Amino acid sequence: MLEALLFLIISLITIVCALCVVFQKNPIYSAIFLIQTMVSLAVLYILLHAQFIAAIQVMVYAGAIMVLFIFVIMLLNLSKADIEGERDNLLFQKSSAIILGFILVVMIGVVSVKTVFQGVKGEYTPESISQIGNTQLVGKLLFTKFVFPFEIASILLFAAIIGAIVLAKKKIIEDEKA
Amino acid sequence: MLNALIFTILATIKICIVVGILLMIIAYLIWVERKVMAHMQVRLGPMRVGWHGLLQPIADGLKLIFKEDIIPAQASKVIFVLAPVIAVVPALLSIAVIPFGDTISIAGISIDMVITDVNIGILFILAVTSVGVYGIILGGWSSNNKYSLLGALRSAAQMISYELSLGLSLIGVIMISQSLSLVDIVNSQAKCWFIILQPIGFLIYAISAIAETNRCPFDLPEAETELVAGFHTEYSSMKFALFFMAEYANIITVSAVGVTFFFGGWRGPFLPPVVWFLIKMALCIFFFIWLRSTFPRFRYDQLMKFGWKILFPVALANILITGLVMALL
Repeated sequence: MLEALLFLIISLITIVCALCVVFQKNPIYSAIFLIQTMVSLAVLYILLHAQFIAAIQVMVYAGAIMVLFIFVIMLLNLSKADIEGERDNLLFQKSSAIILGFILVVMIGVVSVKTVFQGVKGEYTPESISQIGNTQLVGKLLFTKFVFPFEIASILLFAAIIGAIVLAKKKIIEDEKA
Repeated sequence: MLNALIFTILATIKICIVVGILLMIIAYLIWVERKVMAHMQVRLGPMRVGWHGLLQPIADGLKLIFKEDIIPAQASKVIFVLAPVIAVVPALLSIAVIPFGDTISIAGISIDMVITDVNIGILFILAVTSVGVYGIILGGWSSNNKYSLLGALRSAAQMISYELSLGLSLIGVIMISQSLSLVDIVNSQAKCWFIILQPIGFLIYAISAIAETNRCPFDLPEAETELVAGFHTEYSSMKFALFFMAEYANIITVSAVGVTFFFGGWRGPFLPPVVWFLIKMALCIFFFIWLRSTFPRFRYDQLMKFGWKILFPVALANILITGLVMALL
């Protein structure tokens, strides 16, 4: 009963904040609403008995990634004219966003009709997870069943870091030449 | 139903007591810091209000409440008001999972001396304190002041950099105790404090904890010589006091986590557990004040170089060595 009420309130907050991210004019306010969205998602994870994922969600997304977002927005130092200035038509972006959004909605719809509404339960229900221990289960699965995607993700991130260093170095070398 | 009711009432009482004591400690910590630093520098410190200035925190608090609350004209008001709150709430929240003593039983009901023992314990603290950095960033940005913005950017970079080594320094302890819960970590230190098993981990924790709380010698976000007062330049009255409270609450949190992870938590002979916990925490806080009155401030490039090139690799090596030793034994 209490859980259902909490779920309703938190999911409402999540949706409202997510909409605010899109409709705010000032990028800083968008970023702040995005942080709030991340934090409410973490609460939803806790309602699913996934405490580990919830903590990581707050730590990584709200605590680290969004700080860098805000950092960049502040350093760009947008003036009022930049924020409210002339509007581009953005015809290509708008039309592709509508098409892709439609595809996403259809996909989510198909998946939820096939599983959620038929009451199909997966292997790891909240009850079974809370018996083994959330953190232990995530760790065990990451290093056994899902070790290949896990390692691939780490290689991808590593490549991204090296790419960032190469891009930053290039600028410095050019500056020194000039 | 009855059990749930008792649980709720107990939890509420515990929260009220712990937060009340925490706020008292924060108020008197400012007095302690001024007194200790004064005596280290051959001064007397506050003497006028009460016996040896004991009523000074109350006088300061009243003064700050009655001061005019100034919001700069060009500031973005909502965020300017919100920022001190964001700074102080996570700092107070993180005390929720720290155990103060063993389970005691009063009138047949057994009471854990911890507000809540969640199985992700330390991750909860790290997650909640990582949100605290927004108080500083948003406060600095919304003031519409160059010094504030520079202080905020500095502190954001500093806190993100040292958060990594802080988290990694605790992993050695977590590997030995096989649990993230702080209660389990204290229980696994019954025979031997983890500072003996993890000396390097403790050193890294101590250094990055000081940097995380923006204390001297890492108090660059508010370096007076360069940035006036850093991120809280434009703040006045109670909002300024909230930033102050957040800083001291963070000191208490990192001291409490340090005690729990490396000094056996509430364990100790003769005296009751809570007293042992408070004594150990007081010694940690004294160490913080001692550092402040001893060391000069780092330079910013030194700080970043030290964090990324020395502290971070050493923390990783510590985890590797701990894992190797555990696998071999």
